Amino acid sequence: MLGFLKQPVVVTAEINVNLVALTVMGLVNRLWALSYPRAVVFDEVYYGQFVSLYMKRIFFVDDSGPPFGHMLLAFGGYLGGFDGNFLWNRIGAEYNMNVPIWSLRLLPALTGALCVPLAYQILVELHFSHCAAFGAALLILFENSLITQSRLMLLESVLIFFILLAILSYLKFYNLQKCSPFTAGWWFWLLLTGVACSCAVGVKYMGLFTYMLLLAIAGVHSWHLIGDQTLSNVSVLCHLLARGLALVVVPVAMYLFFFYVHLTLLYRSGPHDQIMTSAFQASLEGGLARITHGQPLEVAYGSQITLRNVLGKPMPCWLHSHKSTYPIRYENGRGSSHQQQVTCYPFKDVNNWWIVKDPGMQQLVVSNPPRPVRHGHIVQLVHGITTRYLNTHDVAAPLSPHSQEISCYIDYNISMPAQNLWRVEIVNRELDTDVWKTILFEVRFVHVNTSAVLKLSGASLPEWGYRQLEIIGEKLSKGYHQSMLWNVEEHRYGKSQEQKEREVELHSPTQADISKNLSFMARFTELQWKILTLKNEDTEHKYSSSPLDWITMDTNIAYWFHPISGAQIHLIGNVLTWASANVATLVYVCLFLWYLLRRRRKICDIPEDAWRLWVSAGGLCVGGWAVNYLPFFMMEKTLFLYHYLPALTFQILLIPVVLQHLTDHLCRSQLPKNAFSALMVAWFSSIYLVYRTFSPLTYGEPTLSAAELRALRWKDSWDILIRKH
Amino acid sequence: MGGRAGQSRGAGWGRREVTGPRRFLSRCAGSVLWHFRPGSCLTSPAAAALRPPARRTTTPTMPCEGTRLRFPPCPTARTPFPLVPCAGMPGRRHLPRVGARMTLAAGCCQAESGPRCGGLRQRRPRRPAGEPSRPSPLPRAWAPLEAPVGVWAPLAFVTLLSFASRFYRLSEPPHVCWDETHFGKMGSYYINRTFFFDVHPPLGKMLIGLAGYLSGYNGTFPFQKPGDRYEHHNYIGMRGFCAFLGSCLVPFAYLTVLEMSKSLYAALLAASILIFDTGCITLSQYILLDPILMFFLMGAVLSMVKCNSCADRPFSASWWFWLSLTGINLAGAIGVKFVGLFVVLLVGLNTVYDLWELLGDLSLSLVTLGKHLLARVFCLILLPLALYTAQFAVHFAVLNKSGPGDGFFSSAFQSRLIGNNLHNVSVPEHLAYGSVITMKNLRMAGGYLHSHWHLYPEGVGARQQQVTAYLHKDLNNLWVIKKHDSNTADHLDPSYSVEFVRHGDVIRLEHKETSRNLHSHQHEAPMTRKHFQVTGYGINGTGDANDFWRIEVVGRKAGKRIKVLRSQIRLTHLATGCILGSSGKTLPKWGWEQVEVTCTPYVKETPNALWNVEDHINPKLPNISLDVLKPSFPEILLESHMVMIRGNSGLKPKENEVTSKPWHWPINYQGLRFSGVNETDYRVYLLGNPVVWWLNLVTIGLYLLMATCAIVAMKRGVQLTAEFKGITWDTLLKFCAGRLSCSMGRRVYTYGTLALMLLIVYSFYLFHPLSYGMVGPMASDPNSPMAGLRWLESWEF
Repeated sequence: MLGFLKQPVVVTAEINVNLVALTVMGLVNRLWALSYPRAVVFDEVYYGQFVSLYMKRIFFVDDSGPPFGHMLLAFGGYLGGFDGNFLWNRIGAEYNMNVPIWSLRLLPALTGALCVPLAYQILVELHFSHCAAFGAALLILFENSLITQSRLMLLESVLIFFILLAILSYLKFYNLQKCSPFTAGWWFWLLLTGVACSCAVGVKYMGLFTYMLLLAIAGVHSWHLIGDQTLSNVSVLCHLLARGLALVVVPVAMYLFFFYVHLTLLYRSGPHDQIMTSAFQASLEGGLARITHGQPLEVAYGSQITLRNVLGKPMPCWLHSHKSTYPIRYENGRGSSHQQQVTCYPFKDVNNWWIVKDPGMQQLVVSNPPRPVRHGHIVQLVHGITTRYLNTHDVAAPLSPHSQEISCYIDYNISMPAQNLWRVEIVNRELDTDVWKTILFEVRFVHVNTSAVLKLSGASLPEWGYRQLEIIGEKLSKGYHQSMLWNVEEHRYGKSQEQKEREVELHSPTQADISKNLSFMARFTELQWKILTLKNEDTEHKYSSSPLDWITMDTNIAYWFHPISGAQIHLIGNVLTWASANVATLVYVCLFLWYLLRRRRKICDIPEDAWRLWVSAGGLCVGGWAVNYLPFFMMEKTLFLYHYLPALTFQILLIPVVLQHLTDHLCRSQLPKNAFSALMVAWFSSIYLVYRTFSPLTYGEPTLSAAELRALRWKDSWDILIRKH
Repeated sequence: MGGRAGQSRGAGWGRREVTGPRRFLSRCAGSVLWHFRPGSCLTSPAAAALRPPARRTTTPTMPCEGTRLRFPPCPTARTPFPLVPCAGMPGRRHLPRVGARMTLAAGCCQAESGPRCGGLRQRRPRRPAGEPSRPSPLPRAWAPLEAPVGVWAPLAFVTLLSFASRFYRLSEPPHVCWDETHFGKMGSYYINRTFFFDVHPPLGKMLIGLAGYLSGYNGTFPFQKPGDRYEHHNYIGMRGFCAFLGSCLVPFAYLTVLEMSKSLYAALLAASILIFDTGCITLSQYILLDPILMFFLMGAVLSMVKCNSCADRPFSASWWFWLSLTGINLAGAIGVKFVGLFVVLLVGLNTVYDLWELLGDLSLSLVTLGKHLLARVFCLILLPLALYTAQFAVHFAVLNKSGPGDGFFSSAFQSRLIGNNLHNVSVPEHLAYGSVITMKNLRMAGGYLHSHWHLYPEGVGARQQQVTAYLHKDLNNLWVIKKHDSNTADHLDPSYSVEFVRHGDVIRLEHKETSRNLHSHQHEAPMTRKHFQVTGYGINGTGDANDFWRIEVVGRKAGKRIKVLRSQIRLTHLATGCILGSSGKTLPKWGWEQVEVTCTPYVKETPNALWNVEDHINPKLPNISLDVLKPSFPEILLESHMVMIRGNSGLKPKENEVTSKPWHWPINYQGLRFSGVNETDYRVYLLGNPVVWWLNLVTIGLYLLMATCAIVAMKRGVQLTAEFKGITWDTLLKFCAGRLSCSMGRRVYTYGTLALMLLIVYSFYLFHPLSYGMVGPMASDPNSPMAGLRWLESWEF
């Protein structure tokens, strides 16, 4: 019973000193003097505002990517006790004392430091020697661009960390596959792959490329598994299901979870409300919810409403009219009806109010009980302030001559009768009810006489229309488009029959009750769609570059510049590493093709094992480089050098792979091997030297003199800031 | 699902060892899996595993090499195993000998019979003895149906039907429909030999022009807008030419499917689907590029498939014929529209796979391999390139008069065109002060330096007069070149002697119409925010120091004169050191969608920042005829491609415009009005026959499903028993039939195919008014004959 006492309790700890040393070096290298400079550096100005919004729980939309990365940064701020009060408006602005800059930068720096041991582990798992693995880690360690990027409050190093983690855990999983499937370790690494993938995608959409690469590799491996005749059908099915669960279901669930947390954290209305639909806005605290809080749900005859265009492009706007009329002749000589203008106006205004009127009755108040408007009903829309009727007729619209003009009808006593009947068509009506409800329901207004549809054309009117947006009657409606859909935003039941009273009523704020809750999935779908489709105006940046410049590092980015001392931080890579990585890629591709063609002719230059290793390592590294680099050629957004860093990481991993292959298989005798080793030592030392040379631009200190800076400008295309005295 | 595919492939592999060059298509050209090459490639280990027995058993089957047996006979229902030894098969008797023409269609599929025979033979030895319960292999019920029917009679029949359907009511409507307004107009340009610019390569329009010319159309009809009546103009020739090419699709499809599947029913089905598709009919009946493009696409695919079938006889006459025909069709396809590049991709992948297989064939020497490679390089790369270039040569030779497209091209290009002001140009040679000039940007398709009375809008830099680059010739492109420090009138005063502008001089450029100076300052440019804004500034030529520019010629020393047209000029802004350039970006509406002009602080030697002087007016200087320009053919070829690429990238839909999206197309979501809107009009509506199109979608799904099941099963080592031949439906029907007895199976197969065909014909009967024109109430009206046929709300006929 006490048998265990007979044996001494022995704890055998195996510590890979290499790994520990690398981790420590990485931490030192990335965390040293982390809170210097105490000023906003480059894109911190961009991410910082989101951190502040998280701290204040204010809703925002960022079209650059999903929210997980921002959340991680905000978590750093939360740990440091940041209250969110900082105006992120200018690169180079000094931080106040309340900004815990060390903890804000800690997380990216930590992940950046951990990339070093991860690189080591990946090469070991690929069955390369510890020497090669150590080399790979050193290359990552002394890569200036990666250091710069991880020492600041930026997301690239976090992304690279998750990418490498995903690769490593897949390799671990795959190596376990052969000996012990369905053990705890096997499950752990498989699930970690999925989780790391979803984190990578959650930080930046770029992570999707690596995720796809991993899925492809997993697909090839599964295909081999299917072909494995020693496994029973059931076990093959189990294997496939486990992979499907871990690599597809888990990442999707995690991704949804990020959004869930995001939407739960941010419950207050904020600056980006306008982009979202009214229903979404109403689900936030403050903002539209405060206005619409308690307004009646069902639109009835006599209701006073504002109508918002669902598309919201080029900007969100409301159906509007005002006293001015269309000019009798436009600039190009075409004539108009000279009736009252109807426009779409991007601001809240008393002129945005319309009254829904029953064509058969005169009254403009809601009867008791209210008679709701239903799908298919024919109504008239009366402009609240001017009491004119929304009208369209066979006159060309001011800027879109193929469509009909929309106006508020003025009776000039000429033979042009009013055509002001509109059929209400609710597009997304519920099955059980066809009553027109505010906010949620999107409505088309179809003109009864001409079957034209009320539509926002997107063009802005010239000076006579006060630059407001043009509204047209689209006669040949080709299918559905969001620009033809409208929803009621503000709403109240009209009470005053007299025009004077009604004006007072229209000016007064609305109130009543009922609130709305959108389901999480509805909010997620909308937010996701907005993130993917929202296009910021394509502002070219001084330091933007094209993908071709990246390979040779023809460009750099000045991140920060001290106005007095002249200290500066640049995103500049280790030139030697970049060049070696390119050479390694070239050598790999050439050798690969050579071997491939020769093997097809049944000439085997290297043993089967070495070939398999060569293919798997190359597929991962070159494949990783290609999928993270080539898609940028097809992107139209503004691109920066830092977009290349994930691809570069893969390329760097390839260097030791190629080097070891060369020593193992091409240096047959001892002498070249020794020479090769000596060369390696010299090469690594020069990489370290280059790292030291550029470290003032990486860490921002020490401050260099103009002459020293000029000496660092190794390429003419680099933009290093040298002050003129 | 099952099949001999796995086995016959195994046999094929084995057999290849014996007979030397054998290629993938010869092994399973007819199999559905042909479409699924990667998969079948992956299955090769399985096939390789079967190799030893295959090699053993196939060797004796050599006698069947020449039998040309295509359809094994139907065994009597009593025989559970229809597998007779190959040599004993009465194949010859069933062979449809149709004479010499036969060689084209069936002659090069000899290889087909080989592996099949092997497959038949080897099955027995490989089946484990302890497996009697396995369902017997397919009764070959359909085979006797196919065998006696010739190949050429049906071909003639479908061709006839196809021509009839495309030429029926060809002249209706007698007015311009849809894009005829573009392509008909371009055909006219060829007949009139006036130069124009289009984003597509010239072949299609040249052919249209040729057809018009041959049929007696004189090129005078203006093709202004859809709906214009042709009156007496002869348009039938051009429409007939397009309809002719469109009709050829059907025989092409028939032959392609026949070649791949060896199943007559499959080929007939494919042909009937194409014949009775209203979309194809409508598109073929008008003067459009699409029928021409589709002709070349299908032609390329057909010749590729034919060439694959000849793979066992490389370097034979027919092999060369089909290979070079593939190349010719490729050249045609790219020559009509750039989307033809996708068929190049298909053929390219096929060729790469081909070469890969040949490389793996150790019985071929490296020299033979080299020959294969060179043959393909010659026929599929060099030949198409040569043809493609040749068609441009013809294009440039034909269009030798100045026309609407001039402004898109460089000064040098324009000097070729008769009637252009640069043709046989005669201008003062050296730039002098007081000259009136136009400056053209040197980037491909760069515009003239331009200004007009309009100001930059609020918020876009300083609110001064816009300076842009404009592609067309215009009075607002004129600038007067002046000394930076002297007054306006001096230079035109006849008492002053002429003073030439020299390299390195500081000058001022005054806009002739508005008398404002070319000006720049440190405000950011409207689109390229890194650059500085360029404006027109000052009143009557009086501005400030920001109007001064240093004029320099590339590669010239200081003090030299500046030549018109030939000198490449750089204008450096004196105050900021930036260089005048055109970014190539299109300004928004406020800038009339002209091209942005900026002053770039980054000094780079790009054509964007270089200009040449094109027009040059100076009454005090003698005009000299300059025969300097004459660009070489490669130069104009390159330039016209750059202009086309720019034109293509410039075609973008406007904001809030309803466009059809790519995912709309396969589901037949909405059509296109070719002609007529109102009830009384003769209306033609481009819409695919929905039955055909939706059947297509179902078929793609089915095919993917079947292929996935098959390859997974084979990867798991299952011996498939059903026959994988024919296209998807054919295979599916055979598979159903295979589960039944011989006579039942035959009936199921026949009636299934017939039912499909009848379905297609009936749907065509329903929808044919879409192509052949409708008059009367719209389909939304219940009185219309088409009333019940508006199955989707988005269809508008």
